[in-house]
Amino acid sequence: MNAQNFINALPFAKALAMRLDDLGNGRAEISMPWDARFVGDPATGVIHGGAVSALMDTCGGAAVLSYPGATTTATIDLRIDYMRAATPGARIVAKAECYHVTRNVAFVRATAHDGGETPLASATGAFTFATTEAKP
Amino acid sequence: MTAPEPVQAIKQRRDSALASLVGAVPYAQFLGIYFERHGDELTAILPYDDKLIGNPQLPAIHGGVIASFLEVAAIIELSWATIWPDLEAGRVTPEDMAQNLPRLPKTIDFTVDFLRSGLPRDGYARARVNRSGRRYASVHVEAWQDNRARLFAQATGHFLMPQTG
Repeated sequence: MNAQNFINALPFAKALAMRLDDLGNGRAEISMPWDARFVGDPATGVIHGGAVSALMDTCGGAAVLSYPGATTTATIDLRIDYMRAATPGARIVAKAECYHVTRNVAFVRATAHDGGETPLASATGAFTFATTEAKP
Repeated sequence: MTAPEPVQAIKQRRDSALASLVGAVPYAQFLGIYFERHGDELTAILPYDDKLIGNPQLPAIHGGVIASFLEVAAIIELSWATIWPDLEAGRVTPEDMAQNLPRLPKTIDFTVDFLRSGLPRDGYARARVNRSGRRYASVHVEAWQDNRARLFAQATGHFLMPQTG
């Protein structure tokens, strides 16, 4: 599946205008533009935390699916730490990696950047993991 | 002794204060989220829409939509619970709020449990402020679809309260 097809297959990722920038071997990079519709606090123009969560969740799921042999996945839990506000107008880039995979669970960590020196958010999550091999 | 405030005036005051609070969050409008109010109790509603799908095969609502819904519900509840005493005492009027919106709490962290896949139908959420201090607050949110007792997601978040003065 090519990169744009991956996003187009996920209606909500498409609604947030996400772009798959890199994918493979349990790692993914997905970005999202600043958009006035995604703002959480109009006084500051900062993107809503929920939109950042959606980006991190999509990126984490993509990283799991790119792990060799993976078939489907679903998020079990996701924790996001918001270290600072996203810069209004700036594109947000999420990078996720599966740092450990068991037979049934993939452990993922992710960060979100907007071009500043420090990441604006980090995330850790557990995702379901399934492979094509039949289970005993 | 003054006559009690007419019930319609009370409802009007509370509903317009809530409307200006929710109306101030563009991302909530983008997702189609709105709130029902019974006294001070809020229920967030996420009407189903095709654009909210994350897995078209099942189909299931995108985990990011669910996380967003819970975070919106938590922030609005926390803000609402903070404003409520001032609103009821008349220290803040809906007109004040429409003119000069209260600053919203900032999310420090947010942890979501995805308990079941989100079905292609409306979702509901209620948040509870477990701790609200001058600076920090802890909020728990529960979300369900068909059955109140069968949650499809829950979350806990910590928030930095807006500082006044």
